Amino acid sequence: MAWTQDQMAARAAQELQDGFYVNLGIGIPTLVANFVPKDIEVWLQSENGMMGIGAFPTEDQVDADLINAGKQTVTTIKGSSIFGSHESFAMIRGGKINLSILGAMQVSEKGDLANWMIPGKMIKGMGGAMDLVAGVKRVIVLMEHVAKKKDGTIDLKILPSCTLPLTGLGVVDRIITDLAVMDVTDAGLKVVELAAGVTLEELQSKTGVKLI
Amino acid sequence: MNKIYPSAAAALQGVIKDNQLLAVGGFGLCGIPEALIDAVVESGAQNLTAISNNAGVDGFGLGKLLETRQIKKMISSYVGENKEFERQYLAGELALEFTPQGTLAEKLRAGGAGIPAFFTKTGVGTLVAEGKELREFEMDGVKETFVMEKALFPDVALVKAHVADKAGNLRFNLTARNFNPAAAMAGKICIVEVEKIVETGELAPDDIHLPGIYVHRIVLNATPEKRIEKRTITETNKAGA
Repeated sequence: MAWTQDQMAARAAQELQDGFYVNLGIGIPTLVANFVPKDIEVWLQSENGMMGIGAFPTEDQVDADLINAGKQTVTTIKGSSIFGSHESFAMIRGGKINLSILGAMQVSEKGDLANWMIPGKMIKGMGGAMDLVAGVKRVIVLMEHVAKKKDGTIDLKILPSCTLPLTGLGVVDRIITDLAVMDVTDAGLKVVELAAGVTLEELQSKTGVKLI
Repeated sequence: MNKIYPSAAAALQGVIKDNQLLAVGGFGLCGIPEALIDAVVESGAQNLTAISNNAGVDGFGLGKLLETRQIKKMISSYVGENKEFERQYLAGELALEFTPQGTLAEKLRAGGAGIPAFFTKTGVGTLVAEGKELREFEMDGVKETFVMEKALFPDVALVKAHVADKAGNLRFNLTARNFNPAAAMAGKICIVEVEKIVETGELAPDDIHLPGIYVHRIVLNATPEKRIEKRTITETNKAGA
């Protein structure tokens, strides 16, 4: 049995440490906020200019001037601070953020990341992803292990090298998927943990590089 | 010197011209200068290049200036929410210079601070660094490759703040601050739209987010629409990161 998205997020939340300043990407990484252990203090940063992201608002708390980087309405918490984009990226580029957890379209065994563009198909843009992977001390990719296509076939996402335009070169430290936890090492991609019921054979068959 | 103008159109009078480089504050639809964008539409200025993190949505924000075809080029980090943008871009009618979000903010800040270029790790080894100067620097004992990014010097900055005093000192509201201070600093002329104007002296010196030295013209828009892109509500108190 592969992990559900909530189980993936809960596994990623184990990477959090007391006192960490953390940036969570859009999609599954956002779910990690729901699994922050109660006994540690973690500050969530939103790159549009906020430290200390609170819960989604109730109907009467909604404020158009208070959104996260995914453009969703949010709230503040005790200790939240607000700053401009230039200062937000000063703390990102300056290495002050302890951990960035973000999604990916492709990751290479050398830790290259592609998550912003599909030539000819998708032109959304990199947003803050290139700055985050270049500046943040530790980068964890949290994603589905393979891309499931409409016709039922799959595309591998973990590859010898990315075929899509890169977001960053050699920037990923750890990959957490619905099947496993893997570390990017000098010797190759090292399996750290398997999801319950997933065999190494199954994992290898869905991975484009030799696992160690 | 009077910085207060009676309308957005009056504030743009004699400033907005064809072929200009504009910096526009905002992140998504949050903290955008709505009345000033409308006034640029009415001005009819053509062949504009807009520096803005995003391109608005269809029919709102910078989307209005895309519909009227007044923008020939966008300098942005993320343009995902706009079909008209995508259509014009794929048809080759609109130029686009993708810039990483932090590099974009720093290009504006640097421009305003008189720094012509800077080096950053962001984008090294990607399409963003192609054709740009690379240089190695040692930082904290580690030698790494950095890419040179040039500052932006927009002709005009269109900015949204919450409160201005008559001297142009500004306060922003929550995450509507975003790119607005950096855009304001970069503009040769900075025009600000605010929800409230107070007498000079009513904002305490320590409470001012951006000093009035950067601000040239101010217009009041007390009731902007403030459209919300993704209204996300909780009943269950789940975190909203």
